[in-house]
Amino acid sequence: MSDDIRPQVRAIIAEQAMIDVDQVTQDSALDALGLDSLGLVEIVFAIEEQFGVTVPYNANDPSSGEFDISSVKAVEDGVIRLVTEKA
Amino acid sequence: MRRVVVTGSGVVSALGVGHAAHVAGLREGRCGIGPIELIETEGLTIPIAAEAKGYIATDHFNRNELTLRDRVTQMALTAAAEAVARSGIEITDALAERTATIIGTSMGGQHTQDDNYKLIYREGKQRVHPFTVPKLMSNAPASWISMEHGLKGPAWSVSTACASSNHAIGQAFHLIRSGGADAAVTGGAESGLTFGVLKAWEGLRVMSKDTCRPFSKTRTGMVQGEGAAILVLEEFEHAKARGAHIIGEIIGFGMTADANDIVQPSQDGAARAMKAALADARLGGSEIAYINAHGTATAANDKTECAAIRQVFGAHADALMVSSTKSMHGHCIGAAGALEMVATLMALHDGVVAPTANFEEPDPECDLDVVPNTAREVSVPYALSNSFAFGGLNAVLVAKRFDD
Repeated sequence: MSDDIRPQVRAIIAEQAMIDVDQVTQDSALDALGLDSLGLVEIVFAIEEQFGVTVPYNANDPSSGEFDISSVKAVEDGVIRLVTEKA
Repeated sequence: MRRVVVTGSGVVSALGVGHAAHVAGLREGRCGIGPIELIETEGLTIPIAAEAKGYIATDHFNRNELTLRDRVTQMALTAAAEAVARSGIEITDALAERTATIIGTSMGGQHTQDDNYKLIYREGKQRVHPFTVPKLMSNAPASWISMEHGLKGPAWSVSTACASSNHAIGQAFHLIRSGGADAAVTGGAESGLTFGVLKAWEGLRVMSKDTCRPFSKTRTGMVQGEGAAILVLEEFEHAKARGAHIIGEIIGFGMTADANDIVQPSQDGAARAMKAALADARLGGSEIAYINAHGTATAANDKTECAAIRQVFGAHADALMVSSTKSMHGHCIGAAGALEMVATLMALHDGVVAPTANFEEPDPECDLDVVPNTAREVSVPYALSNSFAFGGLNAVLVAKRFDD
C-alpha cells in the first residue's frame, strides 16, 4: 500500500510547489522546495481530500505538531500512518 | 480643533450581555471560551468558541422583529440601545441630521446565509424567505441602528475583516473632528458562529483546539468569538453643554496597508499604523501607558506585533503594558476593535488594565509586559488599541483619559 501512497504524496507536493515531480526527493525539506505556510496548508487539504483522512496540522505550531512536515519522507510516512489507522 | 469624546458604550459578548457584565469579566480575567452550543457541532474539528451564551434573542426582540433581524443585527441593536441610553444623548430633530452611524462587520448576516443555503442546497427547497437579502446584507446593522434611533446623518458599514470596527470608530472620530457630524453611533458586530464559517476557519489551520493564549510560548492559535460593542461619540463642546458623563477621549487614528500578503502580517505595516495614529494624536509615544493589542494568539501575529511595538516605541516598550483581551472574549472579527476599545476605555476611565488571560509561559519573541492573567489597577493617561486585518489592512486608535 505504501508503495502506492508515496508517489501520490510526492505528486501533491510537486503540484503545489509548481516543480517537476522528479525534483521532489524524499529528503527534501518542504521550505527548500519553495513552499510557504499557505502552500503547506494547501498540501494538507489536498492530502485530506485525496486519501479521505484528517491531518492534525496547526499552522501555529507546524514543527512540533502531531504531524511531521519536516521533509517529504516525513509527510509520506505521516500519510501512510493516517491511512493505515483509518483502514 | 474639535475634540471627540466617548459618552456611551454598550456590549454583547461571551463575557455577558451589557457593559457592566462585560467589564466585570475583563476585570476578573474570566475566559468566555467554551463548547459551542448555538449550532450542531457534529462534523466540526474545532467545536469551541467565545459564544455569547447570555444573549437570548427573545429577551430583546419579538417574533416579528426577529423575522427581519439576523443575529448580528440583533447584537448590534442591543449594544446600540445600551450605548445610547447610557450616554443620555437626546436625538433631537436637529441633532438627528448631524449624527452618523458607522458600523463595522466583516461578514454580515451569516446565520441567515447559512440557514438559507441549507434550505436550497441540502433540503432542495425551491424558495427562501422573502427577507433573506435585507437580513444578510452587511449594512443591515448600520441601517437598523439608524432606523431605531432616528439617526439621519451619514451612515455606512465598514468591512475590513478583523480591523472593521477600528476603521469604523476611526472614521467616526475623523468625521466629527472635521465637522462632518456632531455625534456618531459607531462600533462593530459579528456573529459568524455558523457551520459554514467555522469550516472555513478550520481550513486555514490557524484555530486553537483548546483555548486562546496570546503571547504565551504555548499558544496554539485563535478562537472565534461573537458579539457587538457600540459607542456614542460626541463633539466635546456638545457633550459638555448637555452635562454628559465623559468616559474618555479619542485623539488619534492611523491606518495603513501592508501591500504584502493576503494572510501573513507585516511588522512594517503594523508599525506604520501605530506611528500614524500617534502622529494624528500629536503624541511622541512615551505618553502611552497601555496598548490593547491585536493579540490573536497565532504564532505569526503575536511575534510580529511585539516586534512592531518595539520598533515604534524603542526603549519605552519595556514600560508599556500590552494585553490581549481576545483571550477572554475571543476573536470577534468585525466587532473585535470595538470590544477592545471598551477595554481600553476601562483602563483610562476606571484605572484597570485588563489582563491577557490563559497565559502560561513567556515567549522570548513576545518579551513585553503582557499583563498575564491578573488585571492591574494603575493610572493610564493615554492608550493605544491595535487592529491588524487579514489582507494587511491596519487600523490603530489612540485614546486619552478625560480629566479636564
